[in-house]
Amino acid sequence: MKLTGAQILMEVLKEEGVDTIFGFPGGVIIDVFDELAKTDIKHILVRHEQGAVHAADGYARASGRVGVCLVTSGPGATNTVTGIATAYMDSIPLVIFTGQVPTQLIGNDAFQEVDIVGITRPCTKHNYLVKRTEDLAGIVKEAFIIAASGRPGPVLIDLPKDVSNTKITYKAPKKINLKSYKPTYNPNMNQLHKAVKLIKNARKPIIFAGGGVVLSGGSKELTELAHKTRIPVTCSLMGLGAFPGTDPLCLGMIGMHGTYRANMSSGDCDLIIAAGVRFDDRVTGKTDTFAPNAKIVHIDIDPTSIRKNIPVAVPVVGDCKITLGYLNRLLDKEALGDLETKRKKWLDQINQWKKTKPLEYKQKNIIKPQYVVEKLYELTKGEAIITTEVGQNQMWAAQYYHFKKPNRFITSGGLGCMGFGLPAAIGAQVAFPNKLVVDIAGDGSIQMNIQEMATAMQYSLPVKVVILNNQYLGMVRQWQELFYEKRYAATGMEHAPDFVKLAEAYGAIGLRATKPEEVEPVLIKGLASPKTVIMDFAVEREECVYPMVPAGAPITEMLLV
Amino acid sequence: MTEQKHILSILVDNQPGVLSRIAGLFSGRGYNIESLSVAATMDPLVSRITMITIADTQIVEQIIKQLHKLINVIKVYALTGTSYVQREMALIKVQAKPERRAEILRIVDIFRCKVVDVGQDHYTLEVTGDEGKMTAILNLLKPIGIKEIAKTGIIALFRESK
Ligand SMILES: Cc1ncc(C[n+]2csc(CCOP(=O)(O)OP(=O)(O)O)c2C)c(N)n1
Ligand SMILES: [Mg+2]
Repeated sequence: MKLTGAQILMEVLKEEGVDTIFGFPGGVIIDVFDELAKTDIKHILVRHEQGAVHAADGYARASGRVGVCLVTSGPGATNTVTGIATAYMDSIPLVIFTGQVPTQLIGNDAFQEVDIVGITRPCTKHNYLVKRTEDLAGIVKEAFIIAASGRPGPVLIDLPKDVSNTKITYKAPKKINLKSYKPTYNPNMNQLHKAVKLIKNARKPIIFAGGGVVLSGGSKELTELAHKTRIPVTCSLMGLGAFPGTDPLCLGMIGMHGTYRANMSSGDCDLIIAAGVRFDDRVTGKTDTFAPNAKIVHIDIDPTSIRKNIPVAVPVVGDCKITLGYLNRLLDKEALGDLETKRKKWLDQINQWKKTKPLEYKQKNIIKPQYVVEKLYELTKGEAIITTEVGQNQMWAAQYYHFKKPNRFITSGGLGCMGFGLPAAIGAQVAFPNKLVVDIAGDGSIQMNIQEMATAMQYSLPVKVVILNNQYLGMVRQWQELFYEKRYAATGMEHAPDFVKLAEAYGAIGLRATKPEEVEPVLIKGLASPKTVIMDFAVEREECVYPMVPAGAPITEMLLV
Repeated sequence: MTEQKHILSILVDNQPGVLSRIAGLFSGRGYNIESLSVAATMDPLVSRITMITIADTQIVEQIIKQLHKLINVIKVYALTGTSYVQREMALIKVQAKPERRAEILRIVDIFRCKVVDVGQDHYTLEVTGDEGKMTAILNLLKPIGIKEIAKTGIIALFRESK
């Protein structure tokens, strides 16, 4: 059978089970869009290529499947970079196809030529320039394997125009053999035996769960481990939802804006079982004062995450779900004793921290942003898929929305990319058309990809945008308030559009609350609507996120309300 | 922790862009490359990179793990601390005034190097050896006058057990 490169690409995408592509066309990629239109694969036409990547990312995080993007060469390709870096930092499986000028023009500074493979080398898990149509199918298959396996990540494929439109006799590729790529899924049992011993002897243990638990689908195993051993669990920002936020053993988030009890327990504990985390500086604070009394068991599928930032007693390379499963089976064979009594002192101490220093804010006659998130949590019973922008809005979402399940909290953790939330919400809504998807946004961030409102309208995606509108780049303003003597350089956002009118201009619904008593009715009305809605909440302008650990300080030294 | 020289021998796919991935890993993460040499192996699809980096043990452990993580890296051998042979080659252009020629040739003899080019007032010498030999011959030639020098960077292989 003679097929063009573009047709071959469609064959492979169908074989990979791709049902949706987020894209934006251009000259060198017309052939591919032309073929795409003939398939059953749904194409979501975004309004900016950054939006395409974030949407594919939101789709992937919500569904656990590989997100796919298709864009043109040159500016189309460079516009994807921020999205790719976002996915790379959070280990999200994506395959991004960029158009490229014909192979014979590469290197000539041709119209809309950029070396996107060179540009994205440090922010992709791997990338390819396809030079011959014959290589295309194999490369695409490899890309899907690499993106989704091991520690997942984005893979980019650069497709020159002639590779897409050359006709060749197509043979489905043989089995893909990546000779040097063999991620370690199964843990070394000797290491797990050491972990069991530490668990048995620990008096003040905690579990620290991260995005790796969510990505591996290991929430069940994690929850079983915590319940079996009665060890309390703290999550990184990326780990929220891996363990039910409502469980009595849940400590909440750890880190710069972590809960008092989570941060204090890390300082006091004698054992940390860390799974799927990388001990980012926002988690550890000053590294040489982090968990000074604790032995650390570190489970991760990526060996480079282990011992990168902090020393560990028991390194375990392996998939979190599989490894935690094995650990549970080993623990089943152990006599753990009367855990109620054994843990009582430790859990009492933690409850004491919780009681004396809970997450709190002082309600006044101005809307508190925390109150909006709390109400949203109550009204949605913690069941919504929440995406966030970046800044204070993101931290309040993490603190006040308690996730019962994984894949419900979609946020740019590693890169902290403003403009992520709306397109990510669109992607999550495409993956789950019948679920409630809410973007908790800041007034600054939402303007970075607001154009995607048109995408939501075009495909009738009823995403809800909740803007915590403080008319500031609030998180930066908070640092200025606390560490720069209130010099608010370049953080005022008074010149913003009227978000209600803006929603209406896009054909969506716009609602606004300016007083505390309007919060609930606006949320009820907005959430109940079958349409795309922007809800603009005029919140206390100079509210700060607390607790806060100043950058570089020990994680137990928190500024509190 | 103390920094030390580490020789890494890395087998990689012989493809365009692979060296750039490795160089990018080093520059992006602030590791340094002291010396580098690359060529295809017996298998034309595989190249061997021999590299020297200076780092403490924790960093070199990270470097090795990060190298492994690159899809095109097939194998990484850390040679430092094991038994290995190492060689480097240099081409050295020395000033060869008639009255110094005998002295230069004596050095050539002692170090078992070769004269590969002769001109009006220069010799070009080819030297192969380990680092110690390189330093020694350069020290001897320096007072005579070195005009130019090109070195390959170190190549190394494990010693097989006898
Ligand atoms: C693309 C990008 N640019 C700059 C920053 C730095 N930054 C972090 S938070 C923040 C303020 C965000 O303002 P807003 O969206 O209004 O959220 P708020 O903190 O007020 O809730 C900024 C500018 C960033 N994270 N991302
Ligand atoms: Mg703001």
